[in-house]
Amino acid sequence: MCLAIPGQIVALLDDDRRYALVDVSGVRRKINMGLVKHMSPQVGDWVLIHVGFAMNMISAEQAAEQLRLLEMLDESEAALEEVRGYKFGEAGGGG
Amino acid sequence: MKFVDEFRNPDLIQKTAEEIHRWADPVATYRIMEICGGHTYSIYRFALQDLLPKNIELIHGPGCPVCVLPMGRMDDGLAIAQRENVIFTAFGDVMRVPGTAGTPLSFRSRGCDVRMVYSPLDALQLALDQPDKDVVLFAIGFETTAPSTALTVLQAKEMNVSNFFVFSNHVLIMPAIRAILESPDMRLDGFIGPGHLSTVIGAKPYRWIADEYKKPVVISGFEPLDLLQSILMLVKQLQEGRAEVENQYTRAVTWDGNRAAMAAMEEVFEVRPLFEWRGLGHIPHSALKLKPEFAPWDAEVRFQVPGSTVADPQAAQCGDVLRGVLKPQQCRLFGKACTPERPVGALMVSSEGSCAAYYHHVYLQQASGG
Repeated sequence: MCLAIPGQIVALLDDDRRYALVDVSGVRRKINMGLVKHMSPQVGDWVLIHVGFAMNMISAEQAAEQLRLLEMLDESEAALEEVRGYKFGEAGGGG
Repeated sequence: MKFVDEFRNPDLIQKTAEEIHRWADPVATYRIMEICGGHTYSIYRFALQDLLPKNIELIHGPGCPVCVLPMGRMDDGLAIAQRENVIFTAFGDVMRVPGTAGTPLSFRSRGCDVRMVYSPLDALQLALDQPDKDVVLFAIGFETTAPSTALTVLQAKEMNVSNFFVFSNHVLIMPAIRAILESPDMRLDGFIGPGHLSTVIGAKPYRWIADEYKKPVVISGFEPLDLLQSILMLVKQLQEGRAEVENQYTRAVTWDGNRAAMAAMEEVFEVRPLFEWRGLGHIPHSALKLKPEFAPWDAEVRFQVPGSTVADPQAAQCGDVLRGVLKPQQCRLFGKACTPERPVGALMVSSEGSCAAYYHHVYLQQASGG
């Protein structure tokens, strides 16, 4: 669980930049941006995701590296399962 | 070396491994601890030890959150799970960790409402969806995860959610490293510092290890090349008589860390005077609890917990493995009474636990002649 998951911001969901819609290998989920919002994330930027929160901004190159690493560790399925499993974005609540 | 071909930059990996061989003094021994369970997993998965000189020994550290959780805290959490009207939630890793009377999963099969969540926010959402239930998050993790729990508590406060409670088992990495350095049966020459945890706290807080204990620290990424470069940086420091904090993982880790994450932790949590760790005993100032002003969301305030202290099963030697005194396979239960399917200790549960990592990537391969 300390292997973070890279994702790309598709949309910022509120003016306060608290939540963003993030794409992880085709799976789109609402992600909490509270830990990176001071870094002014924009649509198209990449973030490292851990337990539903973006914990850092990263470059596109590093995101590709991290995806490849997850694959090499046989962890990419588990990572997608985690992202798919986030429930807080679905009910329209949590924000 | 069988995985070398699938590595990124195989040439560079080969060169780095050669350079480590060139730098390492053949008559010296190097005992290097990787603190983070993610690194342990990577080291076993890629058989990195095979690329190193025989006199460089990698010791697996305490950076696997479920592994360091003592059985008493599981029992306390499961005591809450058994109460009327409670939904007990936890990350997947926790679900198979044994307490004295069983795992969270076995409590579920006995009728407790136990649910796996992927995010602390999922537990909060559950509390919103089920206002008549008390939803308890069994929170674990180092500084990597604690900020997320903190923001979730702040959100619960802001939304005035009165049926969401956190049972905090968040722990701090520095006191654990100090306990290991102070342990009389442990001799270490340097540390591979955790990657993602350090994105939160930065590289700066490791300075005392270099200053007070004269041990080099290199914060590392997770790829095979990252880890080999970090080992090379450590060996160079040791050969040159230096003890410094260096950052190999500059792509993600800064000197000062993520100030928003640290501010969230500081707002919500305070440091406990004492906390029990599996294998390391009671360590002062090593864990986080909710501050008094967040008592309405603190499961330890809402529910009476027994405050159990339970010794590990006697035959299991988890503590010695956690401190790096024993290798996983040297435990008398390894692969016999304790397997990933039927774990006795938490190190066999989590994929980041050194026992499970060794079992999957070395033991099974050897057993199948691979």
